[in-house]
Amino acid sequence: MHLFVIYTVTGITNGMVYAAVALALVMIWRATRIINYAQGAMAMFTTYIALVVIRHGAPYWLGFVVALATGMVLGAVVERVLVRPVESRPPLNAVILSLGVLILLEAVAPMLFGGQTQSFPVPVSNIDLVAGTTQLDISPFDLFTIGAVLIAMLLLFLIFQRTTLGLRMRAAAFNPEISRILGIRVGRMLTLGWGLAALLGALAGMLAAPAVYVYPSNMDEVLVFGFTGAIIGGLESPVGAVIGAVGVGLALSYVSGYVGADLAPLGGFAILIVVLMLRPQGLFSFGRQRQV
Amino acid sequence: MSTVLRRSTLARHGLVFLGLAIVLLLLTSFVFDSYTNYNVTEVAIYAIAAAGLTVLTGINGQVSLGHGALMMIGAYTTSVLLTRYPDLPLILMLVASIATTGIAGAIVGLAGARLRGPYLAGATLALAVALPQVPSHFASVFGGNQGLTIVAPAPPAFLSNFSPEQWLAWITLLAALITFFVLANLVRSATGQRFRMVRDNEVAARLSGVDVARTQVLAFVVSAACAGLAGSLFAYWVTLTSPSGFTLNLSLSLLTAIVIGGLGSLSGAVLGSFILVYLPVWTGGFASSLNLSSNVANNVPLAIYGIVLIVAILVFPRGVAGGVASIARGVTRALRASRGTGPLPAAPEAPSQ
Repeated sequence: MHLFVIYTVTGITNGMVYAAVALALVMIWRATRIINYAQGAMAMFTTYIALVVIRHGAPYWLGFVVALATGMVLGAVVERVLVRPVESRPPLNAVILSLGVLILLEAVAPMLFGGQTQSFPVPVSNIDLVAGTTQLDISPFDLFTIGAVLIAMLLLFLIFQRTTLGLRMRAAAFNPEISRILGIRVGRMLTLGWGLAALLGALAGMLAAPAVYVYPSNMDEVLVFGFTGAIIGGLESPVGAVIGAVGVGLALSYVSGYVGADLAPLGGFAILIVVLMLRPQGLFSFGRQRQV
Repeated sequence: MSTVLRRSTLARHGLVFLGLAIVLLLLTSFVFDSYTNYNVTEVAIYAIAAAGLTVLTGINGQVSLGHGALMMIGAYTTSVLLTRYPDLPLILMLVASIATTGIAGAIVGLAGARLRGPYLAGATLALAVALPQVPSHFASVFGGNQGLTIVAPAPPAFLSNFSPEQWLAWITLLAALITFFVLANLVRSATGQRFRMVRDNEVAARLSGVDVARTQVLAFVVSAACAGLAGSLFAYWVTLTSPSGFTLNLSLSLLTAIVIGGLGSLSGAVLGSFILVYLPVWTGGFASSLNLSSNVANNVPLAIYGIVLIVAILVFPRGVAGGVASIARGVTRALRASRGTGPLPAAPEAPSQ
């Protein structure tokens, strides 16, 4: 039973990191119908930048802010310069383009920051808390991870649902043509959407780094598990993506705890297949399909 | 004779591939050095897998980001069998690898037939990440992270002056030619037609009586069988089959190769595989001549590959082959315009005998 609690806490904590990635993917998917396979690599890159800032003696929080800010700029630049020209082309072009960005970033990172695996600091202790004499199975850093992702999600929700800017962004994603007629700068909204998504990705990179360390492909698995969660939830639904990603986090944690760490990704794959067999559009997508 | 050739795709392809076989075998035997043969073998291996992926993604419209995992199944089939029964002949290994990977492809295809676009991409991507972890869990069968070592096939006694590189290049090129011959005919056949119908308009295909799901599973099986053959030859080529040989990068490289070469054409698969192998070879030489630090020099080929991908997609949306073709068309048009002649008349019918 105690083990179960440990695995559950680990699963939820990791799941929240996957959820940040999943939400970033869903935001971009809903706005531009593109899966950004470079999301993980972009997060890796901004985490390296944070590491450089911290290594030069700056406090963790400055590195944190720098990572999120550069993430947002990187996302906006990638959308404006690279993605915009392929938005109206066949979907596979955007796939290959984002794979190109992924490969380029994973090649440039070791050139700039060195190829060896580096450790990453935590802002608060990652040793489990103790209340009186009982050992709690959650560390301050776990709480920080869960809290940071929850706050980021809440802020995004408020931006999208309660501000005019958010309304414009939703309109631009929902119907670019009409939005343009109504005077919305659709292009700018898409750039901003990519920026916000990349910011969320950068947050995931910062939160994952102490556990997965920092090296050029450190976010590959995080991206795949986030993507798996987003697909299980259904790419149309932000709430579904978060639930799916936390579910993936839990499933991976249980499989690696009870069966073996090597088989965790296979467990994730199995769950993905089972869910998609039952609901090919994911759990929370309710789009109508054209059938004959 | 020419009537037969014009009417029968099979005969025409047969003749072309026979010619290619003779040229390639002569080149590997008498012209190429060991290093070239080694690289040419790699190109042929990737070309086999990429051709299979072309059928699946380019012709049938199903995106797979997990073909590296299918190659891995082929490679492990060969390596596990060879470690147990070292005396089995090579052809049996190839057939066994094609069979196991084909079965795996049928399973993935059955699951994938209900999935579209990013859902299929995500499922295959999850497979590409999950499968390489399996050998370390079942270390007694698969040799764990160290992998399994096998011996490269030795040339038969009557070819004793052949080096192992030459012999493997022969085998691989022959396997590639047979694969391309089969696929070229398949693509032109009624089955190939159905593949394309499903890609272009699923609803219309269904209305014309095409069993969409069955067609998609068949495309997956064909594609996986190619990946299995490529994986088996890959095992012989590196002689070490370990999980680190089948990273996510391999899967992504195969997909990028077929797009960069020109999606949907088998010759594009060859061109893409050539770029995949030779871009690092050439740029690596260039980078080491610049006296850069090892961190930079080691990653120059990868960075250039990334840039090539991005530029190719932005500049040549139909792949390098399509880009070259459209440039060529532009040049002929310009030439024609400068000469003031109209479009060329259609070539007259060749007289039949």
